[in-house]
Amino acid sequence: MLLKTTKQKWLGMIAGILLTVAAICMSIVYGYTNTTWSMAMDSFIHFNGSNEHIVLQTVRLPRALIAATVGASLAIAGVIMQTLTKNPLASPDILGINAGAGFAIVLFVTFFGMSDLQHFTVVSIAGAAISALCVYVISMNGRDGLTPMKITLAGAAMAALFSSLTQGILVTNEAAFEQVLFWLAGSVAGRKMEILTSVLPYIIIGIVLSMMFSSKMNVLATGEDVAKGLGLKTGRLKLIMGLTVILLAGGAVAIAGPIGFIGMVIPHIARYCIGNDHRWLIPFSGLLGSIVLIAADILSRYILMPREIPVGVMTAIIGTPLFIYIARKGFGGNEKI
Amino acid sequence: MKKYKSLRLYNEKVSFLLYPRAGMIFAIMAVLTLSIIVASTGIGEMYIAPIQVLQVFLGQGSDLDTLVITDLRLPRILTALFVGMSLAVAGAILQGMIRNPLASPDIIGLTGGASVAVVTFLTIFSDENYSLTVSINWMPVAAFTGAAVAAIMVYVLSWKKGVSTIRLVLIGIGITALMKALTTFMILVGPIYRASQVNLWITGSVSAASWQNVLILAPWSLAFIFFAFIYSRNINVQELGEEVAVGLGSNVQKQRMVMLAISTALVGCAVAFAGGIGFVGLMAPHMARRLVGSNFGALLPISALIGAILVLVSDLIGRTLFSPLEIPAGVFTACIGAPYFIYLLLKTKTS
Repeated sequence: MLLKTTKQKWLGMIAGILLTVAAICMSIVYGYTNTTWSMAMDSFIHFNGSNEHIVLQTVRLPRALIAATVGASLAIAGVIMQTLTKNPLASPDILGINAGAGFAIVLFVTFFGMSDLQHFTVVSIAGAAISALCVYVISMNGRDGLTPMKITLAGAAMAALFSSLTQGILVTNEAAFEQVLFWLAGSVAGRKMEILTSVLPYIIIGIVLSMMFSSKMNVLATGEDVAKGLGLKTGRLKLIMGLTVILLAGGAVAIAGPIGFIGMVIPHIARYCIGNDHRWLIPFSGLLGSIVLIAADILSRYILMPREIPVGVMTAIIGTPLFIYIARKGFGGNEKI
Repeated sequence: MKKYKSLRLYNEKVSFLLYPRAGMIFAIMAVLTLSIIVASTGIGEMYIAPIQVLQVFLGQGSDLDTLVITDLRLPRILTALFVGMSLAVAGAILQGMIRNPLASPDIIGLTGGASVAVVTFLTIFSDENYSLTVSINWMPVAAFTGAAVAAIMVYVLSWKKGVSTIRLVLIGIGITALMKALTTFMILVGPIYRASQVNLWITGSVSAASWQNVLILAPWSLAFIFFAFIYSRNINVQELGEEVAVGLGSNVQKQRMVMLAISTALVGCAVAFAGGIGFVGLMAPHMARRLVGSNFGALLPISALIGAILVLVSDLIGRTLFSPLEIPAGVFTACIGAPYFIYLLLKTKTS
């Protein structure tokens, strides 16, 4: 833990907020179209309709805000899932929740011609909920109950099933394929402001819920039995946590498609910086998630200039080494796993 | 009655065990596979009765039937056959080696590695005229290289005073995710007309089969399956566990390398021609084990046939059920395979 005292933690939070703002600004200014800081300022103060100003206002600004929102929601969803399943590898993508949401969206786009943004969100959240439920129910059953290992494997199997079904639908429908390919890779580019505003309410509810119950999550993290002994209604808390994850992950997927590894990696970095107290961990992870996703997004513009790499690919490349490191370390000192 | 019968020839210079029950089951499965091949050849947009199919096979069918069967249907069916066999044998070897019922080429990242390699191959070597600048014959080599790189990565990264099976599976999941991202990346940077072609291929389909493919695939897969069969006594020893195997005088590390190489080669050639048909390598060996137990001499051939049946039937369903739409075989194998995986997960003790 890097930041030990409350004062240091506050400083860390403030630094996080400043960095997030700085990252958003950089994301607005740097990119293929040449723009400068003063131009960016101008476009907010007196918009003159020039090419650069239009790019800044309609492309870069939504993109930066979307990256910030998606990064924060995925990271917070990851923290809650890791606490809920006691599994350091838990995250919306590893446990198949992203794949479920993606499948639901592709299904509705191809078979019901869905195009309304509001519907996108609802369908995505419903897909996330269904796959989360499947994984949870599956790993509850069986010989030794809900072990971290089992939930990871059940998630991997569900993810494989859903992505295979998604591929199957797309193969039979080439028009839809081209429409959703970039979305499926996970990207924050080319989205309009409206999609953000249509999803934002769900994400805000998710973040507020996670903050409200953060102190109870601390109790749950000490272990189920202890939490029950202390008078916590663990069943209800778990249900709320599950709901929060679904809102956050489903919302994020609706905007950006399945972006991997943010949800798994960020909570670990945040925990290393600020410790295990969820009251700090959740907001800090949110900030860190925003910063990392925006940074990955900026990077993805420059690697193959003028073409762009989907940011989901970037996060996978950054995240896999850390995943492997955690998998090698084992689950919380339990070497047998 | 003893389960096995031993056979000694040439003053005991050559000896092997015979397992009559496995022989019976093998015969039954072989007949089943053949009848599925015949039926599947007959079913399609133009129905050809089984008897006529057989006539064509014997070179006595009508001209039209012969054309449809030899030019259109047979390459596809043979590809399905060999791909199913290769994947199943690769899965059986991996399960024996890793001693984990959940191991399979797609879960531990071999298929993913091969996919990245093939997509990269298609992207780099295609020119403006939609055609490849190098021979398609190099594609299995690319797929094999990709699978091998993934296999080595997974194996090395899960090494920590020996390879724990669970760690291997977890690292495999991580590598698979990375490979998926890289595949998407290659699709997006590649020429756009390749995108949907590649997508079909990733899902796993035998629809693009041609005689040219079959002629490359068949020798590869048959040779390596045969090699695996010869090597099966070593796999049997490996399955007893590392300590026992060492105690029995096996060179465990060397044998593991050979086994990994065999399964990588098999996965490579299957993936090169049919893409990522998932879960076959997981399911087939389990079903075979139910039938004949875990002696690899019997297990490998039976797994091979079951794998072939799985892919043949999935392809048959995929091209007939929603006709004229074609659903890739990989979708069906995943639909059966994922629940099966979950069933195994619930049954096995995890710690």
